[in-house]
Amino acid sequence: MTRAFSDLHLRVNPKDAGATQKIVSRAARFGYSQISIPFTSGLSEEESARLKAMCSEAGLDFVARADFSPRSENDLTRFLRKFRRRFEVICITCDSKEVARQAAKDRRVDLLNFPSLDYHKRFFDRAEAELASCGLAALEVDVKSLLILEGPTRVRLLTSLRREVAIAREFKVPVVVSSGVSEERFMRVPRDLASLAFLFGLDETQALDSTSTIPGSMVLRNREKLSNRFVAPGISLVKEGQPS
Amino acid sequence: MKRVKRRYLALQLECESVPAERKFIDAVWAAVTKLYGEVGASLTGMALIEFNAERRVAVVRVSLATLSMVRASLATITSVEGKVAAVHVLGVSGTLKALYARAE
Repeated sequence: MTRAFSDLHLRVNPKDAGATQKIVSRAARFGYSQISIPFTSGLSEEESARLKAMCSEAGLDFVARADFSPRSENDLTRFLRKFRRRFEVICITCDSKEVARQAAKDRRVDLLNFPSLDYHKRFFDRAEAELASCGLAALEVDVKSLLILEGPTRVRLLTSLRREVAIAREFKVPVVVSSGVSEERFMRVPRDLASLAFLFGLDETQALDSTSTIPGSMVLRNREKLSNRFVAPGISLVKEGQPS
Repeated sequence: MKRVKRRYLALQLECESVPAERKFIDAVWAAVTKLYGEVGASLTGMALIEFNAERRVAVVRVSLATLSMVRASLATITSVEGKVAAVHVLGVSGTLKALYARAE
């Protein structure tokens, strides 16, 4: 069975139609089947529809994703209440431990992302993983930093990533590998993207799952939940009865 | 002595201008050395088999034990000869014959 690859983090400005078109065409050429361009400043229905059309024209499935860096727990809760029903994937960039813990606990959060360069703000430790394992959140790793960094900074990043991925595996927290790129030149074919995961301790199958089945099943689960036929996990409306 | 198992990788070079064969393989070696050091690079047993400048396709041979290391290193290449570049793996095979057959 061929894998359907996803890149859920292409950080191009959705308002820049030219750059978006280039990224979308390249993703299609590289063999991705699902991509996501995150919205950071709210959802414009028009933009979302335009991106969806652009992707379907290129043979790609567009996933509506929102990225947010809350300043406090309340800020996070407010954001989730407002946007959860409007996006298929919610990613929280954790800038403080308080936010990281709350995001890991909250079942409305899909992805936990941590700043690549600030090592003091990488809060994915055992406590965080334990909370995430009870919820639905996955750890997202952007490989862009591995491409642009060199020397001691890359060494330090690899050390952090290896530790975090080992903790995530211990607590059975899914790991999603995304590109996190904003320029075409850093885009890689899906198997090359997965091969970078070898650098932080994922074997070939786990790395391929992190770029295909794990993000794919996350999107599927959320689409089911967002569908108006969804009642509860495992229960959906098949047919509406006629009033007697 | 146990026979060393090898793999052949077909690589697609994406860059503004085509570099010389020597510059290309130097960039690949530099990427492997940067990530794994000189000892790690020496374990790969890497050799350039073919470089087609027209099609921007290269074939390299590596030892099977270090295939993942080489693939990861190839993905980190962002420039060749100071120019923006990327190297994508088109295919991996145990024999050159199968690799060429797959490419056709």
